[in-house]
Amino acid sequence: MTETQTKNSYLEMDLLRFTTAGSVDDGKSTLIGRLLYDSKSIFEDQLEAIERTSEQRGDGYVNLALLTDGLRAEREQGITIDVAYRYFATPKRKFIIADTPGHIQYTRNMVTGASTANLAIVLVDARHGVVEQTCRHAFIASLLQIKHIIICVNKMDLVDYKEEVFEKIKQQFSDFSSKLSVPDIRYIPISALHGDNVVDESENMPWYKGGTLLYTLENVNINSDLNYVDSRFPVQWVIRPLSEEYHDFRGYAGRVEGGVFKPGDEVIALPSGFTSKIKTIETIDGKLEEAFPPMSVTITLENDIDISRGDMIVKPNNQPSASQDVELMICWLNDKKLNPAAKYIIRHTSREAKCVVKDVRYKVNINTLHKIEDDKTIGLNDIGRILIRTTNPLFFDSYKKNRSTGSVILVDEFTNETVGAGMII
Amino acid sequence: MISYNLSHLKQLEAEAIFIMREVAAQFERPALLFSGGKDSIVMVRLAQKAFWPAKLPFPLMHIDTGHNFQEALDFRDDLVKKVGARLIVRNVQDSINQGRAVEEKGPNPSRNGLQTITLLDAIEEFKFDACFGGARRDEEKARAKERFFSHRDEFGQWDPKNQRPELWNLFNGKKSPGEHFRIFPLSNWTEMDVWQYIAMEKLEIPTIYFSHKRTIVDRNGMLLAKSDYITLLKDEHYEERTIRFRTVGDMTCTGAVESEASTLDEIIQEVAAARQTERGTRADDKRSEAAMEDRKKQGYF
Repeated sequence: MTETQTKNSYLEMDLLRFTTAGSVDDGKSTLIGRLLYDSKSIFEDQLEAIERTSEQRGDGYVNLALLTDGLRAEREQGITIDVAYRYFATPKRKFIIADTPGHIQYTRNMVTGASTANLAIVLVDARHGVVEQTCRHAFIASLLQIKHIIICVNKMDLVDYKEEVFEKIKQQFSDFSSKLSVPDIRYIPISALHGDNVVDESENMPWYKGGTLLYTLENVNINSDLNYVDSRFPVQWVIRPLSEEYHDFRGYAGRVEGGVFKPGDEVIALPSGFTSKIKTIETIDGKLEEAFPPMSVTITLENDIDISRGDMIVKPNNQPSASQDVELMICWLNDKKLNPAAKYIIRHTSREAKCVVKDVRYKVNINTLHKIEDDKTIGLNDIGRILIRTTNPLFFDSYKKNRSTGSVILVDEFTNETVGAGMII
Repeated sequence: MISYNLSHLKQLEAEAIFIMREVAAQFERPALLFSGGKDSIVMVRLAQKAFWPAKLPFPLMHIDTGHNFQEALDFRDDLVKKVGARLIVRNVQDSINQGRAVEEKGPNPSRNGLQTITLLDAIEEFKFDACFGGARRDEEKARAKERFFSHRDEFGQWDPKNQRPELWNLFNGKKSPGEHFRIFPLSNWTEMDVWQYIAMEKLEIPTIYFSHKRTIVDRNGMLLAKSDYITLLKDEHYEERTIRFRTVGDMTCTGAVESEASTLDEIIQEVAAARQTERGTRADDKRSEAAMEDRKKQGYF
């Protein structure tokens, strides 16, 4: 947020969502505090409030970590309980940070934060190197198909800013990450406490020639992260004004979750299988020449065919899989263990059905990535592969191909809680 | 490959429209909580976009404390007419008259907390199962923990430590009878985004957001507008200053900032250079560090 953010420039700013993960005391909150502070996104009244709290707690310095604690219990216990979202902007980009707690029992928060992120920052303490939690964070980022990971080797000040330490950690992590499917991994040596290589280049590490963390966040290319090939339009709501002016208007409202739609395109509606052509793509601001992810638009068709919420408009020559039997990687989010005998409500795009778990294939040891096949109970924070059968067919892509049409949540029929997050294989 | 790109404002807009359509589809009786402030003005515009060319499939509801700026009320009525929406108004004064709420003591009684009672009564009266609010996560630290779909129990209470995880764009609006949801489509917007959006969309806003001359009292650095609801304390006096308001709330707790900004672009410049959060001008948040968290738990906006 700077004075140079003038009228025209903000219309061209784009958006980067990232998540931060680290073990307890890796300095994650300090890093976020530093990013916000050095990019001048912290306001005086916020700073005064944390100055007061730091003093009360006897921290002895202005504890930037306090900026990210929202709830009373968090401030009292000095821990982060829930995902917190933070915002800052530079003239180039607006950033949304999903700040997820590092405690072992909060894997579900990390999965939540990662589900909408373009990029993950994983913090490593320079003194300790790559530890079990580093691998777990990176694995979850990879599982959630985050395409960019930045390994921030923090607390470089405590290892005398030595290049060898940084290089060793780099080597350790790349040995591990060869097992993951993350196309873009970068390494930055930083000191969040002192600000080295966060926003400003470090004078203490002249051997490091890469960009600072903020520079990297501003410049990483995320344009190709969405799927512009396989056209998918789940219908959320049917718009029928029934007014005099729009008497015969029948529009299908939804968000483009893949590919590009243009007027004149031949389309097929699922599950009915009826075909038609796109007549117009409507918005209140006028008709559009094309619609692409993640735009929210309204599509009208040449023919009146029966389409309602939960249906999907796609192209006849490129259709998603349709099946009642779906293989998932599931992350369990609830204290109540997955019950293979129970029915769950499943939500997928704008569609809802019920499902039963037919088989638990295996559980993943998220530290070693090994498959566990002798213990198949899936409890809170467990990740495993399951086969489900749904009451109605789902129209889906693999999560790898499309995060929107490849993801589901399971909801407990009785408590209504969201209990599982699934990625279709 | 051709590069498709949406600006951050367009992405935020698409996200908010998506949320509004989900709510219309998942709930039976939604309502949009409308205050006449800039965030709720943006909300109305987004709702129009979500359902155009149809009208809004839900009414607007204003919880009127009786301490509002007249400019904001006039603006509200005018906008409702232009949009062709249905407006429901419920008054805190009625709750007080009925003995449901009790006015605070002191020279500067705030009705801010009392709104919760009137709001929850109205939700019950109309059996609303989802209420849109314009709150943003950047506003306040308890709000940073909010979900888009925020579950409220049968007493209207928020349980921040036990919230449903929200993943991808899959929103779970399932609930038991008597429970309801608060929906925050602007969760990911900042004050700056709201102003930029107002400028981009050329939206009309109440005049009190722009620089004007007004009689105020300086109370511990908070500039409060002269009104019938404020009593001067010892050693206080009214004076005229050139000010504007960054938020529109009750006259008793909404502080002004000295400002010459009289156009949207000047406001954007001012917000960019501001060193105080907008809620820094709100006395209701200054009562304690967890003031907002406590009010939200009880069912506040």
